[in-house]
Amino acid sequence: MSAVMPTAAMPVQRSEGVWRTAWRRFKGDRVAMTSLVIVLAFITLIGAAASGLVASQWQRELAVPNAPPTFLGPRPAEDAGTLAGPEAKPGAPVDLSDIDPLAPRYAEWAERAAKLQTAEAAKVETLPLGADRLGRDVLAKAVKGTEVSVFVGVLAALLATVIGTLLGAAAGFFGGKVGDFLEWLYNVFTAVPDILLIFAFAAVLGRGVDTVVLILALTGWTGLYRQVRAEFIKHSSREYVRAAEAIGASATSRMFRHILPNVSHVILVRMSLLVVGFIKSEVILSYLGLGVPIDQVSWGTMLAEAQGELILGHWWQLATATAFMAVFVTAFSLMADGWRDALDPKLRGAE
Amino acid sequence: MLLSIQDLQVAFRLGERGAKTLVPAVKGVSFDIPENTTLALVGESGSGKSVTAMSILNLLPDNAQRSGRILWQGRDLLAASRPELQALRGREIACVFQDPMSSLNPVFTVGTQLCEPLIKHLGLGRRAALARAEELLAETGLPEPRRRLAAYPHELSGGQQQRVMIAMALACEPRLLIADEPTTALDVTIQRQILELIARMKDKLRMSVLFISHDLGVVGEISDRVVVMRHGVVREQGDVAQIFSAPQDAYTRALLACRPSLTDTPARLTVIDEHMAGGTSAGTASAAAKNPDAPVVLEVKSLAKSFFIKQGLFGRREFKAVQNVSFQLRRGHTLGVVGESGSGKTTMGLTLLRLHEPTGGEVIFDGQNLLALDDRQRQAMRRRIQIVFQNPYASLNPRFTIGQTLIEPMAIHGIGADTAEREDRARALLAKVGLPPETFFKYPHEFSGGQRQRVAIARCLTLNPEVLVLDEAVSALDVSVQAQVLNLLRDLQDELGLAYVFISHDLAVVRFISDEVLVMKDGQVVEQASAAQILAAPQQDYTRRLLGAVPRGWQPGPPALATR
Repeated sequence: MSAVMPTAAMPVQRSEGVWRTAWRRFKGDRVAMTSLVIVLAFITLIGAAASGLVASQWQRELAVPNAPPTFLGPRPAEDAGTLAGPEAKPGAPVDLSDIDPLAPRYAEWAERAAKLQTAEAAKVETLPLGADRLGRDVLAKAVKGTEVSVFVGVLAALLATVIGTLLGAAAGFFGGKVGDFLEWLYNVFTAVPDILLIFAFAAVLGRGVDTVVLILALTGWTGLYRQVRAEFIKHSSREYVRAAEAIGASATSRMFRHILPNVSHVILVRMSLLVVGFIKSEVILSYLGLGVPIDQVSWGTMLAEAQGELILGHWWQLATATAFMAVFVTAFSLMADGWRDALDPKLRGAE
Repeated sequence: MLLSIQDLQVAFRLGERGAKTLVPAVKGVSFDIPENTTLALVGESGSGKSVTAMSILNLLPDNAQRSGRILWQGRDLLAASRPELQALRGREIACVFQDPMSSLNPVFTVGTQLCEPLIKHLGLGRRAALARAEELLAETGLPEPRRRLAAYPHELSGGQQQRVMIAMALACEPRLLIADEPTTALDVTIQRQILELIARMKDKLRMSVLFISHDLGVVGEISDRVVVMRHGVVREQGDVAQIFSAPQDAYTRALLACRPSLTDTPARLTVIDEHMAGGTSAGTASAAAKNPDAPVVLEVKSLAKSFFIKQGLFGRREFKAVQNVSFQLRRGHTLGVVGESGSGKTTMGLTLLRLHEPTGGEVIFDGQNLLALDDRQRQAMRRRIQIVFQNPYASLNPRFTIGQTLIEPMAIHGIGADTAEREDRARALLAKVGLPPETFFKYPHEFSGGQRQRVAIARCLTLNPEVLVLDEAVSALDVSVQAQVLNLLRDLQDELGLAYVFISHDLAVVRFISDEVLVMKDGQVVEQASAAQILAAPQQDYTRRLLGAVPRGWQPGPPALATR
């Protein structure tokens, strides 16, 4: 029997990577984990809505107009008597069959009409979360609206992050003329009031979800640009970047292989904040009529409709859209906060 | 007894929510500080010396747990409430920290910051406080104290900032001054001035000083009693004369032995562990003489670098950081460059590699003028001249494993046929600089300063360079670790025939490693001679001043920093 060296069989100990450590730290944060679960639930919902599993029939008018939520019970029948008009007068109708040229065919038509199956289903009196003024299910609308709103928010934030990171990296790393030019561009963008800029882009680009994404990305990159630029200025004079230069690493390699991973926590967190901000911006845009088209629904269009309904006391559409948005935005922000704590190398080791 | 620490234990609660662990930092430390005495706490980083000192006033982070007794004039400070401690802080016990640059608030003037403790603790009016502040600045030897009151911290030099910190600490005439490595961030010449200032103020105010340092040389000059700490326990304590002349503990003896000295040049420096194990591999033979006719690898002729500072709308002022530097460096030789901070030595090193674009002169490397090369030729030359930076914590990319760090330069320059070959080479180099093979997969934050500096050296070696520029490469390291890295550098030089440009402010280190020394001041070379010559017979006042400022430890006879 040969003696087996126990050490020889042991694999070389690999250290926990930076990302893995961050994930371990994130897992320890209860608030962040709860938020992550909520966000994942929303993402699943969006996936289901996009593939038509749920809320694909959101445009069907399946309830009476402005049906209240189930827990309130059906609306009491309106007392028609008080609204009695002149046609309510009693008395036999005048017989016009002598002079009516169509009179011989009335019976025939009535017969044919009786044969026709009216597809008119009985409109329900209540829905789980009520109905809008056309009788559409508010819950289905909110689910479908989530799809559009979150899609717009995430895509616009991604686009803005790419623009901001590239420009910020160039401005911070090269400085000089490039930096001056980009600063000038930044100043132009921030000098114009945001809403005016958005109107300008909307006027040029027309209406649609893709337009909203473009508008938000093209106006929203400025804050991220500034922060990335500051980080790159700070890091480009660090010794590890100098050391990379001394071994002959190119400018691109230094910018994106060396510095970028070290400022990724700033960018990630900033991006998650952009997502939250853009969802809110989309709501405002849609409310102003510059957002998603009529045949689509988002949280913003729901809120815009709710304005008129609220006067009549139909508050449920407003409440549903607000609740969906509040839960998602809060969970997303808390999750971003958790990522920040997990990724920031400075906080490591502290309690 | 002014302060008596009895069986002090400090532990830190670490770990994320859930799994918490208790990491002990100080494990039962006891010592006394009598009145009007300077007590020095000595140890390497991680020995718990700062934690011990900071636990006196409870200036520790919230996750620290303290037990034992800290008696201040008979009162137990561990049991004292926060307001009681706040009344003591600054009034009875004052602190001076290592980095004056970050200890002063950059948005307030020196005057405002000096007046704060006076108004708060002594109840002086604003006018009286300002007058007292001016007096204090004058006492600490700051020229033009009235003008300095209105100055912001960034307008002062490091030494001046430390003077302001001391003035602030002494504002309320405390009974005890805690000085936590107050001179480590400063030049030797400034260090000497600050040490003299602390000694003078101690005698004048009849206070006690708790002086924390990793450098026995400094400690020997200023203290009356010495406490040597390692790994959170006291290894030895006693009078300074006894510690230096008859050290009892093996660790103390090793600490004393590992510091390079100005008087002899051993081939290798003593390393703590070897010394404690009784090994005598070092310190016996003198360094072997080098071949004086070795081929010249690097020749620099009247190198100059200027920075232009914008002035007014269109004007710009020229600031000559380096002027007219010329030297020759032979294969296997070391050129030491010394000078105070601001003397242009680092700028000179960076200009050699063209990390700064020079404004004039020639750098002739292997017959080619480095400064006249186009980009592609320059890339090829870059391989042959490499640099190691001062701060090992900043010079490695924290998101790269050590393996990635070592493979990157080889991939850029096409050294090694494929990744596998490069990995083998990287592992061989790790072994060469004395690091275990599992280092390859680890991240920089898992290593100590000395180990990181080894990695930085290995990264340079991946490119087979002929010249290494070492920019204060050992200045940020503890004395004992410094000895290990210096030995490594010397071994590598012998083995690979590297030529070093060794930039440092520490003359003792320069003396150990260099063959020729360049003394720089205000961007100019003031003296240039062989290492032995510079130390034996310095020609310039400036060189003599630098030499005189090197701490020499405790010397028999009258104390070095006597009352003046």
